[in-house]
Amino acid sequence: MDLSLIIVVVVVTALAFDFTNGFHDTANAVATSIATGALKPRTAVLLAGVLNLVGAFISVEVAKTISSGLVDDTKITPTVIFAGLVGAIVWNLLTWLVGLPSSSSHALIGGLIGATCVASGADAVKFAGLVGKVLLPAVLAPIIAGVIALIATYLAYRITARAAPATVTKGFKLGQIVSSSMVSLAHGTNDAQKTMGVITLALITAGALPAGAGPPFWVILSSGTAIALGTYAGGWRIIQTLGMRVSEIRSPQGFAAGTSTATVILTSSHLGFPLSTTQVATGAVFGAGAARGAAGVRWGIGGQVVFGWLLTLPAAAAFGAVAVWIAATGPLGTIIVALVLVCVASGIYAASRRRPVTAADVTHVPAPSPQVDLGRHQNEAAA
Amino acid sequence: MTINWEALGVVAVVSLVIGVLVVVLVSLALVALPARQPVPTDEPPDEALVMGRGGSDTSRVTGTVIAAACLLGAATIVLYGFYLLIF
Repeated sequence: MDLSLIIVVVVVTALAFDFTNGFHDTANAVATSIATGALKPRTAVLLAGVLNLVGAFISVEVAKTISSGLVDDTKITPTVIFAGLVGAIVWNLLTWLVGLPSSSSHALIGGLIGATCVASGADAVKFAGLVGKVLLPAVLAPIIAGVIALIATYLAYRITARAAPATVTKGFKLGQIVSSSMVSLAHGTNDAQKTMGVITLALITAGALPAGAGPPFWVILSSGTAIALGTYAGGWRIIQTLGMRVSEIRSPQGFAAGTSTATVILTSSHLGFPLSTTQVATGAVFGAGAARGAAGVRWGIGGQVVFGWLLTLPAAAAFGAVAVWIAATGPLGTIIVALVLVCVASGIYAASRRRPVTAADVTHVPAPSPQVDLGRHQNEAAA
Repeated sequence: MTINWEALGVVAVVSLVIGVLVVVLVSLALVALPARQPVPTDEPPDEALVMGRGGSDTSRVTGTVIAAACLLGAATIVLYGFYLLIF
């Protein structure tokens, strides 16, 4: 296949993934701020979008390719990258449709692993690295963030118990804006960099850039813009899940959850043990909700979220495997995969319109219901 | 399989300390801040609530200083977080 064509396809697909990454992860930063009224929905996603764009520019260090330590780098070809991206996009869209906060990075890793397995054999996958870099952090990230948010929320309530409620609410809401901003900035720095790394790797593979080169300005700009636009599009379904359906979040909880998320992400990134933003943010929301009593958290939603996390890697891998199996047959195969991706994405979008969730649907708190589930919430809210 | 347990432990402990510290500092500041508000004239002074509802000039100044110190501490941590992000 003409290398320039597959490179163009990889770049376009990577930017599409970056866009889905943006709207899929918007909730991590703004869900609790919207839930407590600290920020209006549109203001929140605008702020998050701008800070994601800024975040894409402020770090001069190019992130390592996401496959590092997980698959044999010498087996990574543009077709494998393309198929991995396809797997990640499909999984991101499916989980967005049902409002599940799953990790976009894990989806990409799963897609790449599946594609690599089919293209080069299972020997090319470093399963030991998978445990240390993906599975273990996936288990520990929500626990660490949840415990911190739980303790912080408990202390916030205890300390401010006798203070003026209006002052406390206003103060914590201001704090939420700061913590949301930090999470957005960190997200732009980390996740936009991953897409830049993928595109840069593809360009190096094609000989368009020398080995070891950094991303050209247009790559930085396009990656930052794609993730910012995706963030601004607002993944309202996931925002609804995290901000309203897990627990009835109030400003002290929102501030504690946001601060915990920002602290864990920054600390883990700085100390060389990066954790999933989504899993950290989700764990923090559950921890903050549990601080007011375990009954205040809809644990059934938690079970669905965990189930989604367990499925992320194998499901994205399966999609990536199928994609590379077809794409590796030649240019026609690649075109077919691209067309199928467009059709699947259109179909998922059409399905989402049957039960639309907009900015207007994330500003009220529904009555707690023990029977709430991912498909039933809209009806309950309407009732 | 190599898992950097030491790094993981440091992440957990540092995140716990910093995250809780920021929330506690802001909470303390919010408790101290109302001391700047004047005491309603028709309300008898209540020494037990002096930090939360008003009080003498001295207590209001003290409350303001405490609030400022707590917010300064929290802001320093936040700025350090921005520093880590940027550099």
